Amino acid sequence: MTNSSTGQVAAQPEGMQSIVADWSSDQRAFKNVSWGKAMMWIFLLSDTFIFSCFLLSYMTVRMSTTIPWPPPSEIFALSFGGEPIPLILIAIMTFILITSSGTMVLAVNYGYRKDRAKTAILLLITAAFGASFVGMQVFEWTKLIVDEGVRPWSNPFGAPQFGSTFFMITGFHGFHVSVGVVFLIIIARKVWRGDFDKGTRGFFTSRQGRYEIVETMGLYWHFVDLVWVFIFAFFYLW
Amino acid sequence: MAHAEAHAEGQQHPLGIYIKIWALLFVLSTFSYLVDYFHFEGYLRWTLILLFMVLKAGLIIAVFMHMLWERLALVYAIALPTIALMVFIFLMTHEADNTLLSRGIYFLGLGGS
Repeated sequence: MTNSSTGQVAAQPEGMQSIVADWSSDQRAFKNVSWGKAMMWIFLLSDTFIFSCFLLSYMTVRMSTTIPWPPPSEIFALSFGGEPIPLILIAIMTFILITSSGTMVLAVNYGYRKDRAKTAILLLITAAFGASFVGMQVFEWTKLIVDEGVRPWSNPFGAPQFGSTFFMITGFHGFHVSVGVVFLIIIARKVWRGDFDKGTRGFFTSRQGRYEIVETMGLYWHFVDLVWVFIFAFFYLW
Repeated sequence: MAHAEAHAEGQQHPLGIYIKIWALLFVLSTFSYLVDYFHFEGYLRWTLILLFMVLKAGLIIAVFMHMLWERLALVYAIALPTIALMVFIFLMTHEADNTLLSRGIYFLGLGGS
C-alpha cells in the first residue's frame, strides 16, 4: 500500500498493531480516509450519543412508570376498509427507509464510476423516498394529535410520558430525514451539473468537490436509517 | 495530488454485495414486523426484536457504511466510545428500578414499611 503522506511504499502492520501504528504515526491517524469522511463519522458518533440519550430517557420513564404503557401496536394500527392491521404504517415507513438506503448505496457506487446521470437520478430517488417518509410521519403525527388527542403531557391510552418521548424521538429523527432530503437534492444538483468533474468550487467552503462527497452524504443517510432501526425496535415493537 | 489521493481513498465494491445485503435487510425488516403481527410476548418477543435489530444495524454499518473495509484505526475510534452508552444503559436501568420501587412504596402504598 502506498503511504499517501510520503509517497513511499511502506509495509503496514495488520490487526491491533495497525491501530497503534496509525495513531502513533505522527501523521494523520485515519490513513485512507479523507478529513471530510472522518469528520462525518465523528459527527455521526456524537449524533449517536444524542439519540441514545433520547432512547435512554424513554427507557427510564417507561420502566419507572406505575401506569401501564400505551400499546403502540394498536395505536399505530391502520385499517384499509376492513380489520385494522397493527403497526402497518410504521412497517411501510421502515420499508421506505430501507429502500432509500439501497438507492443511496447505488448512487455512491455510480458516483465513483463517474456516471453522472445515474448518480443524480439515484440521489433524487433517495430524496423522494425520504420526503415520502416525512410525509407519512406528518400523517401519523396529525392522526395522533388531532384525532386521538395525544399531547406531550397526556394521552387517552395510558402513561402520560408516552407523548413526550414519542414527539421528541420521532420528531428529532424526522428532522434528520428532512435535513437529509435537502442535502440530497443539493448534492444531486452538483452531480448533475458536473461540479465534481470540472472542479467547480463550492459556494460555502470555496473548495473543489469530489465524488467522495456522495459517499459522505451516504454515510449520513445510512445513519438516519440506522437510527430508525433502533426506534422501530425499541419504541414501536417493544 | 489531492485528487489522485481521493480516488485511492474511495470505497468501491461490486454491486452484487449491495443488492444481496439490500434484500437481506428487507427480509429482516419483515421478520421484525412479523414479531408484532403474530403477537409474540415476553422474552421470546424481546429476544427476537433485539436479534433482528442487531443484525440489521450490523449489516448497515458493515456494508452500506463500508466499515467492513475501513482500517481498524477508524473502526475502533467510532466503535469503542459506544461502550460508554452500555454503561449508561446499565446505570439507568438500575435508576429506573429504584424510582419504580420508591413510587410503589410511597405513592401506591405497596409493600415496605
